[in-house]
Amino acid sequence: MAEYLVCSEDEIADGGRKVVACGEREIGIFRVKGALHAWYNMCPHRQGPICQGRIYPEVIEPVDEKGEVRTLQYNEENMHVACPWHGWEFNLETGRNAGPAKYRLHRAELAIREGQIYVVL
Amino acid sequence: MDISNKDRARELPVQQIDVFTDTRDILAHANRAARKRGFEDWLICDVDAHHTETISWHELVQYIEDPVIRHQAMLFHDEKMGTASYGLNGDMGLKYQDVGGRIPHQAGIREKVEDGVHRDVTLSRRAMQALGVDYMVLFPTPMLTLGLHPQPEMEVYLGRAYNRWLIDKVLTRDDRLKSLAYLPFNVPKEAERTIEEFSGQPGVIGFCVPSTRHKPIHHNDYMRVYAMLEERNLPIAFHAAYHWQDQSLSTINRFLGMHALGFVWCNMVHMTNWILNGIPERFPKLKSIWVESGLAWIPFLMQRLDDQYLMRPSEAPQLKKLPSEYMRENCWYTTQPMETVNMKALQLTLEMINAESQLLFASDWPHFDFDLPQEIYDLPFLSEQAKRNILGLNAAKLFNLDPASRKTL
Repeated sequence: MAEYLVCSEDEIADGGRKVVACGEREIGIFRVKGALHAWYNMCPHRQGPICQGRIYPEVIEPVDEKGEVRTLQYNEENMHVACPWHGWEFNLETGRNAGPAKYRLHRAELAIREGQIYVVL
Repeated sequence: MDISNKDRARELPVQQIDVFTDTRDILAHANRAARKRGFEDWLICDVDAHHTETISWHELVQYIEDPVIRHQAMLFHDEKMGTASYGLNGDMGLKYQDVGGRIPHQAGIREKVEDGVHRDVTLSRRAMQALGVDYMVLFPTPMLTLGLHPQPEMEVYLGRAYNRWLIDKVLTRDDRLKSLAYLPFNVPKEAERTIEEFSGQPGVIGFCVPSTRHKPIHHNDYMRVYAMLEERNLPIAFHAAYHWQDQSLSTINRFLGMHALGFVWCNMVHMTNWILNGIPERFPKLKSIWVESGLAWIPFLMQRLDDQYLMRPSEAPQLKKLPSEYMRENCWYTTQPMETVNMKALQLTLEMINAESQLLFASDWPHFDFDLPQEIYDLPFLSEQAKRNILGLNAAKLFNLDPASRKTL
């Protein structure tokens, strides 16, 4: 097991990220709703740089009681990262794909000590 | 825990990829994958990649032969503000390709390029190096709907200007870049003239008909075109595209649905006409390539046409074998966008089209649904020879290219 020092906790603000290389592996560390989440920078689709993609709220389409729709909306409760290669989207907190749950990001382990963030591989 | 391994993580120079990111950074993972798989020793021909010719439209219009149209086009670009490219017939839905900014390289490639080298040469070289490609066949992008232009002569002006500009500015600058030259197909006599003029020109390895058009490709007017290509042993490619003005797609409100069907529908129609009118019987040595429709449509069409043909052979009297047999013996296909969610279906598809000899790798870079050479390399059901054929050797044979790998990764 190896640890890699990333940065101090306060260097990643809410909604921010830091994508780092730990030896041969790349890890993206995101802060969402105050909590840190780390994912391997490897999209399960075609191994694209998922953690270097743009962040968007989940897109939803509310259906009213008549079964009708009118607008698309952003759901700020669920923040997604979109792979810049092909657009596959994943929830930044759960790693789940925006569509089928069987596609997931691979979570990396973090350790926080004395205000410093470490990736544990 | 072994804290002696403690090290500092290295922050990546690109935290978020955008339209200004260098192609080599966008595709860094692809290059790593190519090196890991040992692609230095594999010939890889990318039979369908793109450039955005409209960025250079002010240059291109200078190659229009008609002096009046050329003058108008040059003045248009010198003086008009806020307009599209002279003579082009609209984007027809292209604006949604980047999924609302999620796929920046589709929205635009605005990275810095070296002075003194044409932008399209530099960008193509960067993509080739990153992907591990030896030869790249470049196609235009907005011009792919020029076959729908209300003025047939505009396809002639612009198609021929594109060929001349591409040879002068791009193909003669790097012999790894190739073109299936634009055929102004709505005017058959001009298509013949184009074959006469551009056959044998630097980098021209065949000719391309953009598939979005309403002319029947089996019309007698085109038989001279096919004969000329067969005589010269030059392939004809039907490059798919889509357009939302197609009435058969007019009820679709989601871009992904229109794109999914539109990019296939045009080639399904042309292929049906190509086969049922016996073009492969009339020109048995003419090689047709079906570009950018993916692969999943082919088994469907094979089954459908075979069944219908056997019930109604009197309507296709030129055929001496099943439609599917022509489709697997006389036709070549490019891989992208290769449908991979159901691998059993893909395996069957590759068997049905005789992929070992008929399939050609294509990336479609820099478009949103681009593929990488590793998609072929990693397929578990292909032999190494089949993979080598698909990735490059089939194209080398078809286009008479040197089959030796010439790249460095």
